[in-house]
Amino acid sequence: MSRFIRHCTGWRRLYSSVGASDIDHFKSILPPAAILSTVSPSALPSAELDPYNNDWMGKYHGSATTVLRPKTTQQVSDIVRWCASRNIAIVPQGGNTGLVGGSVPLHDELIVSLANMNTVRSFDPVSGILVADAGCILQSLTDYVAPHNHIMPIDLGAKGSCHIGGNVATNAGGLRLLRYGSLHGSVLGLEVVLPDGTILDQLTTLRKDNTGYDLKQLFIGAEGTLGIITAVSVLTPPSPQASNNVILALPHFDNVLPLYKTVKRQLSEILSAFEFIDRTAYDLAVKHGQGRALSDEDVDGAACFVLVETSGGRREHDEEKLTDLLTSLLEADSPLINTGVLSQNPAQFSSLWALREGVTEAVSKEGKAYKYDISIPLASFKDVVDATREHLRSKGLLGDHAVKHVLGYGHVGDGNLHLNIIAAAYTQEIQDALEPFVYELVASYRGSISAEHGIGAMKTHALHYSKNDVSIEWMKKIKALFDPLGIMNPGKVLE
Amino acid sequence: MRPTASRLLNILVPIKRAVDYAVKIRVNPQQTGIDLNVKHSMNPFDEIAVEEAVRLRERLKDAVSSIKVVTIGPPKAAETLRTALAMGADSAVHIEVPDTAPAPEPLGVAKALRALIEREKAAGGIDLVIMGKQAIDDDAGQTGQMLAGLLGWGQATFASKVDIDAGARTAVVMREIDGGSEEMSARLPLVITTDLRLNEPRYASLPNIMKAKKKPIEKLTAADLGVDFTPRLETLKVTEPPTRTGGGKVGSVDELVAKLKEAGFTAV
Repeated sequence: MSRFIRHCTGWRRLYSSVGASDIDHFKSILPPAAILSTVSPSALPSAELDPYNNDWMGKYHGSATTVLRPKTTQQVSDIVRWCASRNIAIVPQGGNTGLVGGSVPLHDELIVSLANMNTVRSFDPVSGILVADAGCILQSLTDYVAPHNHIMPIDLGAKGSCHIGGNVATNAGGLRLLRYGSLHGSVLGLEVVLPDGTILDQLTTLRKDNTGYDLKQLFIGAEGTLGIITAVSVLTPPSPQASNNVILALPHFDNVLPLYKTVKRQLSEILSAFEFIDRTAYDLAVKHGQGRALSDEDVDGAACFVLVETSGGRREHDEEKLTDLLTSLLEADSPLINTGVLSQNPAQFSSLWALREGVTEAVSKEGKAYKYDISIPLASFKDVVDATREHLRSKGLLGDHAVKHVLGYGHVGDGNLHLNIIAAAYTQEIQDALEPFVYELVASYRGSISAEHGIGAMKTHALHYSKNDVSIEWMKKIKALFDPLGIMNPGKVLE
Repeated sequence: MRPTASRLLNILVPIKRAVDYAVKIRVNPQQTGIDLNVKHSMNPFDEIAVEEAVRLRERLKDAVSSIKVVTIGPPKAAETLRTALAMGADSAVHIEVPDTAPAPEPLGVAKALRALIEREKAAGGIDLVIMGKQAIDDDAGQTGQMLAGLLGWGQATFASKVDIDAGARTAVVMREIDGGSEEMSARLPLVITTDLRLNEPRYASLPNIMKAKKKPIEKLTAADLGVDFTPRLETLKVTEPPTRTGGGKVGSVDELVAKLKEAGFTAV
C-alpha cells in the first residue's frame, strides 16, 4: 500500500493532467468525433469512458478524462508531440483484452485508442506479407487473408476484439505459436510513433534485412512503454488444406513427455498443437457445458488429457500419418495412452477444441480465479500444480471455504503452463499464500513468471523473479533512452 | 424378454457421404452443381440413425444380432462406412459408383436398397431399416418413404424416440409433426427415418476406430444388384441465392414508417 501512495504523490509531480487548453489543441489535430472527454466544454459523462478505463475482467480501473481516436500515423505523432511538450502521460490502447492491466490507465493518463486505424495497407498474395494499421482486429485480418489461402500466424481466444498492434506490443502467444513461432519471428516491420512524436518507419516487407540493430524487436513485447505501434508488417503462412485433431486420455502425467516425443517424431511437420489438460480442468470443462467427447469408461482412470492437432497440405497424407501414430500408440506393449477420440468431421473437430478452450470459461464460472501464466520445464508441470496445492493445504486454505480447485492446463509444446487456483472469493489470505510462493517456485525452475500474458501493471513487482538485476538495469536504460520523460504507458513493465 | 433364434433383429442402416454441414457451399463456375473438392462427412441424420441402431443393441443386448451399414457412393465413401463401423456397426456394404457418375436419385437409391434387402433374405433377412430423414446435400427427403413403399413395409418417419419390442416384433415410435409429436406403433419389418432430436451421436473412440479397420466391407456395383442409377431428372442450372443488399439506418420512427410504406408494407 505504501508503494501505491508514494506512487500517487510522485505522479502529481511527474505528469500533467489533460486540461481544457489541451482539448483545444487536440481539436486542431482531430475531428470532434475522435475526441471523447469529460473535460469541459465537451464534458461527456464519465460512464462514456468506462470501456476505456476498465479492463475486460473488471480488475483494473483507471480514471482517464480523455480518449483520443486518431485515424492516421501523423495524427498520432502530433498528439504525442503535444503530450511530450506538456508532460502528459499516455496509455496506448488496442482492443483492451489484456490480462495484466497493461492497456488501462493507472491514474488519469491520456488514452490513445488505435481503434480507428483499421485499414489494411497492402497484401502480397505471393509472399504472404501483410501490412496493416495497428488497430485492425485480428479476426478481420484473418478474414482478409483467407480468400488468398493464407492465415494469420497468431490465433487466440480474444481474436474477435484484439488488435494486431496490441498483439505485437504485448508479444501475444496463443494457439499457433508451436507451429508458426513467436511474433519476434513473423513480424517483419513496424511503424512506431516514439515518445517525442518522431515517426520511426521500419515498415519493411523484407524477409531478410541484416543491417545492424533490429530496433523493431524492442517494441515487440514492450507493452507500449517505448512508443505507439501504428502499423505492422507481418508474414502470413499459407493456410493448411487439412486439419485433424485427437484427444488422448493418459493414465499418468509421467506419460506426457514420452508421448510428446513420440508425437513430434511421427507427425513431424504436420503437428500444429499439443495441449495439456489435467483431470481437474477436464472435469470442470465438462461440468460447465462442454461436450463429453469421451464416454465415462474412457475417462475412468485418466489422470490427464492431451489434445493433438495436425495441419497439413494433403488430407490423405495427414490422416495416414495420424492413423499410424494412433495405431502404434494403442498397440504398444506398454501403451502411453488409455484411449482417445479422433474427430470425424468439422463439428467434432471444433468441439474437441472447445473442450480445451472451454477450460478458461469453466474456471470463471466455477469461482474466483487466481491465474498464473508461467513458463517452466515440461517435466515440472505436474510438480508445480501439486506443490501449489500442497502449499495451500498446509496453510489450511484447501476446501470449499477457500480454494476449491488447483488445476493446470496449457501449451506443452511451448512449455507454457496455465496454473489456475479457483477460490470461493478473492481474499488477502489466499493472495498472500500464493504470492510470492508461486513466483519463487517458478524462479526455482528458472522459469518465466509471464509466458505470454506480459507484465502490464500486474506483475511489475515480480519482474525480478524472471529477470536478473543486470537485465532490469539495461531495460531501464533503454526505457530512459527512448522515453526520458517517462510519459509512455508509465507504471507498466517497469516500476 | 427371451428372444428365440428366429426373433433376432437384423438392422440395416443406409448412410450417405455428403458435403460437411460446416462447409460453405460454392456453386461451380459451369453452374452444373457445387464445388465438391471440400470436406465431406457422414450426413448428420444418418449419423443419428447409426447411433440409434447402436443404442438399440445396447438396450436390447443379444436380441439385435447384426447392424449392417450400406452406402452408395464413390470410392471415398468407404471412409464414411469406417466411421459408422467405428461407432458400433458390425459390417458394411459399399455399392460403389464411379467418381464421375452423377449422384443417384432417391428412387434409384430406394431400388438398390430393396435389392440389397432381398439379397439379405438368405442370411436371415432385414427386420428394421433406420435411415436419415433426408440428406443435407440435396434435401430430397424421399428415400425412406419410397423404400417402404417398394417393400410394402410400414414406415415411421421423422422419429424422435424409438422403442422396439423384439419379442413381439413391434415398435413404438414418436414422430415429429407440425405443432407437436405423434406416437404410433407399428409391426416389424419397418422403415424408420430419423429426426434431429432422436439422439446425440457418439464420438468414435480410438480403440473402436482401430477395430473398425478389421470389420468387413463388401463391395458391390449397381449391376450386381440389377439396378440402374441413370438419373431421371435433369438439372438445368444451379445458382447461388441472390446476395443480400445492405440495409440502411433511419433517423426517426416516421422515416421508418415512410420507408416501410415505400417498400409495400402496410399495417395489418
